[in-house]
Amino acid sequence: MIQGVAEISPGERSPFGVLHGRFEESAVSCRRVTKEFVSGDNRTLVLRGVDFDVSFGEMTLLVGPSGCGKTTLLSVIAGLLDPTGGNISVLGQNMDELSGADSILFRRKNLGFVFQQYNLLPALTAAENAAVPLLAAGVPRKRAVDKASAMLAELGLEQRLYALPSQLSGGQQQRVALARALVHEPRLIVCDEPTSALDHETGHAVMELLTTVAVREDRAVIVVTHDSRVFDFADRIAHMDDGRIVRTEASEKAHFPATRN
Amino acid sequence: MNFVALQMLLGDRAKYLGLIFAVAFSTFLMSHQSSIFAGIMRRTTSQIMDVPDANLWVMDRKTQYFDEVKALTDDDLYRVRGVPGIEWAVPLFKGLPRAKAFDGNFRVVIMMGVDDATLVGAPRNMVLGSADDLRRPDAVIIDRVGYEFFFPGQPYELGKPLELNDHRVNIVGIYNSSAPFQNLPVFYSRYSQAVTYVGRERNQLSFVLAKAAPGVSDREASRRIEAVTGLRAATSSEFGWQTIWYYIDHTGIPINFGITIGIALVVGTIVAGQTFYIFTLENLKQFGALKAIGVTNWRITGMILLQALMVGVIGFSIGIGMTAAFFELTKNVLDLRGFSLLWQIAAGTGGTVLLIVILASLMSIRRVLVLEPAIVFRG
Repeated sequence: MIQGVAEISPGERSPFGVLHGRFEESAVSCRRVTKEFVSGDNRTLVLRGVDFDVSFGEMTLLVGPSGCGKTTLLSVIAGLLDPTGGNISVLGQNMDELSGADSILFRRKNLGFVFQQYNLLPALTAAENAAVPLLAAGVPRKRAVDKASAMLAELGLEQRLYALPSQLSGGQQQRVALARALVHEPRLIVCDEPTSALDHETGHAVMELLTTVAVREDRAVIVVTHDSRVFDFADRIAHMDDGRIVRTEASEKAHFPATRN
Repeated sequence: MNFVALQMLLGDRAKYLGLIFAVAFSTFLMSHQSSIFAGIMRRTTSQIMDVPDANLWVMDRKTQYFDEVKALTDDDLYRVRGVPGIEWAVPLFKGLPRAKAFDGNFRVVIMMGVDDATLVGAPRNMVLGSADDLRRPDAVIIDRVGYEFFFPGQPYELGKPLELNDHRVNIVGIYNSSAPFQNLPVFYSRYSQAVTYVGRERNQLSFVLAKAAPGVSDREASRRIEAVTGLRAATSSEFGWQTIWYYIDHTGIPINFGITIGIALVVGTIVAGQTFYIFTLENLKQFGALKAIGVTNWRITGMILLQALMVGVIGFSIGIGMTAAFFELTKNVLDLRGFSLLWQIAAGTGGTVLLIVILASLMSIRRVLVLEPAIVFRG
């Protein structure tokens, strides 16, 4: 077990009340979630009562036009923004019940992030970048970098472990970001436009990796995207418009049939 | 995460070197100027500190500092000797005659006249000759600065003649003097001779040097002398500090040095603070990513402080090393003797540098603490 990263047996309840395993209900459950931004006298209601569910073992795409609230919903689910109203449950944990410090700890243990601009630290090598979540959890550097290197090798970057981000292509940087999102074995991966900075071929490759490496029986993946070319990778697509989920489609493909039945 | 913090800092070479330079420059200016200031102030007391035999200095009640004296009467010497608790008291003369070499080279010098019988107050730090030779006729002891001025390029040699206000004298000793404030050569002779080298006044006695009897503290002896004679008495240390404070209060020296040190402090803080802030701004997305990933505000504050501390330690080491190197390289230059890097100045500068880097990092810390981690989702 990696130090600082919770290892929870199936059915066991974590310090945050997270049920682990396939018996759990939705990975994410949003009910009547609202989010209003206030700036001086201006009030902007970005989320207008969102009901949204994400299941384990699935990749759920959150799609919609610019400004419809996709990224805000992702931020609220990830605990980076507090909702103005409604209820959010992530991995069985009611997010309202977490204090600020607990919310950070919850995020560190259970969430992995993939950003549109990668947000890699330019002074760290690929392996060190991928190891950051483990370092943040207090894992000794060597162990963290070793584990991150193994993850990068799984993603096909075993030749680029010591390269700086500036020495990597966009696709390689996104794979490093993907390794960083997965290295601490989180149970929810949130991705914000992971292919928008990549060409079609590279974006396709990244989505394939995301599908094969990230999507697992006990893990859920949410991807915010504009890119209709990647819709084929989704298990479920939630369409947003004007701060609401207007339609949800289920895909025919199934990564883990056992969990679907 | 300390590793990550240091890598972030080292990864931006230009800003890292800029920060180091700002702190090193600030450290050098502060420690160097403080040391020169302290050295100059110490120079004002050099003739006091060069008299290790006597603990007490007795002078006119209105005396403000060493270099400006009003002569006492010969009776004052006997009155001091008569004070209970005084083991002994001897006269000391200080004057400024003009010395001339036989090649015509001349200069005003500080002439110290020590007690004929005991030679109390005579220099101890001899390079050549002996203080006892002052007993010989027309004998003077001269410091290295004086010898090298009057006999430039010549090896140290005794028996060479000089003129002191038209009196011929012979050099019987060469010594290492503490550097005087005015950097004039310092001569020693017997009291009875010294008064003849300087124009006659009704009274000649500049100071009475005294020593408290065993069992009587210097402070108590001073109090008794003042009570009995109406003169002022001070320990060497008190008189030294009185002289230093005179120069601090009555000259522009501390203001000039204070301005330089202040500029070093302000420039160091502003340059380091601004560079550090820009460094933080450019890494804002990365800090946002770290916050999103689950790094706490405390940890990020620690990372920034570690970066600041690293810059402070390296910059301080370079700056203080430059100052130490300066004084090491100039320690054998006669005109610069007496200047050194005091540990108190090094410690004080270290504390100030710590303050600079903490101030420099405060803006950055504040900027990162208020940062919404959701910023990472804004492309």
